[in-house]
Amino acid sequence: MKEDLNLLWLQSGGCGGCTLSLLNADCSNLFDTLAGIGVRLLWHPSLSEPCGDAARRIFDDCLSGATRLDILCLEGSVLRGPGGSGGFHRNSAGQTMMERIRSLAQVARHTVAVGSCAAFGGITAAGCNPADACGLQFDAEAPGGLLGRDYRSGSGEPVVNIAGCPTHPNWVIETLAAVAADRLDAAALDSFQRPRLYADHLVHHGCTRNEYYEFKASAQKPSDLGCMMEHMGCKGTQAHADCNIRLWNGEGSCTRGGYACIACTDPGFEEPGHPFATTPKFAGIPIALPTDMPKAWFLALASLSKSATPKRVRQNAEADHQVVTPAVKKPRAS
Amino acid sequence: MSTRRVVGPFNRVEGDLEVTLNIDQGRVSAAMVNSPMYRGFEQILRGKDPLDALVFVPRICGICSVAQSAAAAQALAQAMGISAPANGQLAAVLTLAVENLADHLSHFYLFFMPDFARAAYQQRAWGPEAAGRFKAVSGSAAADVLPARARFMQLMGYLAGRWPHTLSLQPGGSARGLEAAELLRIGMLLREFRRFLERTLFGDRLEAVAELDSVPALRHWAAARQARADLPRFLAIADDLGLEQLGRATDRFLCVGAYALEGGTLFPAGVWDQGLQQPFDPAAIREDVSHSWMAGDRPLAPEEGQTQPQPDKPGAYSWCKAPRLDGRVVETGALARQMVAGHPLVRDMVARNGGSVAARVVARLLEFALLVPRMEAWAAAIRPGAPFCATAPALREASGAGFVEAARGSLGHWLEVRDGVLHNYQIVAPTTWNFSPRDAAGTPGALEQALVGVDAVDSGDGAPLMVQHVVRSFDPCMVCTVH
Repeated sequence: MKEDLNLLWLQSGGCGGCTLSLLNADCSNLFDTLAGIGVRLLWHPSLSEPCGDAARRIFDDCLSGATRLDILCLEGSVLRGPGGSGGFHRNSAGQTMMERIRSLAQVARHTVAVGSCAAFGGITAAGCNPADACGLQFDAEAPGGLLGRDYRSGSGEPVVNIAGCPTHPNWVIETLAAVAADRLDAAALDSFQRPRLYADHLVHHGCTRNEYYEFKASAQKPSDLGCMMEHMGCKGTQAHADCNIRLWNGEGSCTRGGYACIACTDPGFEEPGHPFATTPKFAGIPIALPTDMPKAWFLALASLSKSATPKRVRQNAEADHQVVTPAVKKPRAS
Repeated sequence: MSTRRVVGPFNRVEGDLEVTLNIDQGRVSAAMVNSPMYRGFEQILRGKDPLDALVFVPRICGICSVAQSAAAAQALAQAMGISAPANGQLAAVLTLAVENLADHLSHFYLFFMPDFARAAYQQRAWGPEAAGRFKAVSGSAAADVLPARARFMQLMGYLAGRWPHTLSLQPGGSARGLEAAELLRIGMLLREFRRFLERTLFGDRLEAVAELDSVPALRHWAAARQARADLPRFLAIADDLGLEQLGRATDRFLCVGAYALEGGTLFPAGVWDQGLQQPFDPAAIREDVSHSWMAGDRPLAPEEGQTQPQPDKPGAYSWCKAPRLDGRVVETGALARQMVAGHPLVRDMVARNGGSVAARVVARLLEFALLVPRMEAWAAAIRPGAPFCATAPALREASGAGFVEAARGSLGHWLEVRDGVLHNYQIVAPTTWNFSPRDAAGTPGALEQALVGVDAVDSGDGAPLMVQHVVRSFDPCMVCTVH
């Protein structure tokens, strides 16, 4: 039987939300699930017993080779500042997390970025990027990051970027299962090294607002039922993720929660160049069109469907509950 | 002779923590609490569209995400001069209550109790049972609690789309209108959670737990339930280890008010100080940076606060600022909320021994019994078809403040809008209060005070166990602390 893989989980410039999201996993017991896919938790900052010296010994044993480091997961961005010193995340002995991550990545068989911060820099890299945050192998859309474009883990693969802010629990579990089963090769990743098992879909797929989208019946304000693409900044037609196919926390997703998809699986999502909840437009037309949609066709279809919008769809689009329900077919006269 | 010991990474807290202990004759003589990570959200937010705060602030913290959203929504609503319709208010307090109770559950079962499963305690009468039940990762409690917590969090699917990091909380209320069928489902999930708590945590009805009104009543109640539920198990451990006499801080407690609805606030705002109850005055808050890696020469009120890192500042030892109320250190959290609210059991515990590890844990668990019945009532009061969200006007020049009780205590946001964008945004989080470094007068923060005198005998567990109990009893959230 194949030996279990040792997983070491580190956190740096992030919020811990990907771990908290993982605990929402819809399974009998997350720890059993991990054991079941052949993953053994060496140490996780929120979940493991060892503290202080005892935790540091685990890192040292990985570095010395005394313990095999099969999977290194980083949650949170790498903080390079100030001035490239890594001092924004440093212990009192002067050791920086940036160096700990770099050195452990050299001995890891697989290196996994959990969340958009670890993958691309994410929210921590927004604005003036005060902490000089970046991802493990990307700095927003640019390859590089902490480890550099040419980095390969012991298995010969680049960093696996489970992007998302936060990540869906099953994206993480399935990626780890694929790694443990040796089934996550380069072909299983997209051009931003995101696992295609969730990144080959669009958030639009399965969106409950599809009828409003079809008729361009748009929400005007938060809590409206209409499509949020035209006015509310929704990027569901462009964002790579399966949020409306496999739902969150039971029956939820961002669009089902009443708010726009902000494309949190994309590198650079934190700086969209416009207020998040407003769709940027040129001459009244949204600048960003649905993925793979030719502009002329989008305009033609939009104007046709707007003129064909049923009254029900038009009225419900700007209400927080259905004010007109779908007509019930009258029984046939016998 | 004094020795110095650095404990880090101090795990099973949210985020990064390092604690430096001066040890004299086996006891802590002084402690310095270091929040070792800085990201700079207050700098990131400058120049952003005011509503963009709703995207950024939840991402300060994955565990207090909704609390951060709620504080921002409240500050924006104040700046806009709007208030949410009744449905929006009910949805917002429900969402925050779900997060806060999920956090209490994670804290008790995943962060705090695993320390009693350690090898060093195997000789205690309760040791072997505690190990089987509470051992990190492999204990039987984790197998009970993780699925129950995940089910409970399905409430977030309905109320907030997902958790963490929702945008459903808006200045005008909630962006998520709820339908009749969803309200039925919410009621069922709450009842399912109630059953889990009554069966696994308490071994009794929530109402019976909420009514415990004194230390003798608690002892009597626990004695009848030994080894049948997890709170009685903890109380037996606490008794044996003297946790009701461990970890006293300032005994000055702050609550900024929790679960505010038009009809009143469930846990009111106030300051409890040596038996005196006083109103909470936000104008009395100053942030001192004398021992923080932050530039600044005097304590500033949050509305004029500055966040300018100064990494090599002499004498500094943390990224955390030191907030003070009227110049004094306060403790915040469930214990503070229940002290200010006047719960008789919690007041009795503190009257006997002061704030302690045991009192902090009991107050936290008591909130399950106090809150779940209210959540059932709030869900029942939501009226499908009535509005959930008021329209939010654009902001040009405005300022506002928002105050929310996160699971681990008082959270404040202060924002100023100039020319239609955020000019300044300042955040004082619960653990900023509890884990602050020293101030200019040299007065240590609440945890730093609570650690003095604590047994620092090395049991080979990476850090002295009593120190670990005290630190984790505050349920610190380090990512909020510095943000």
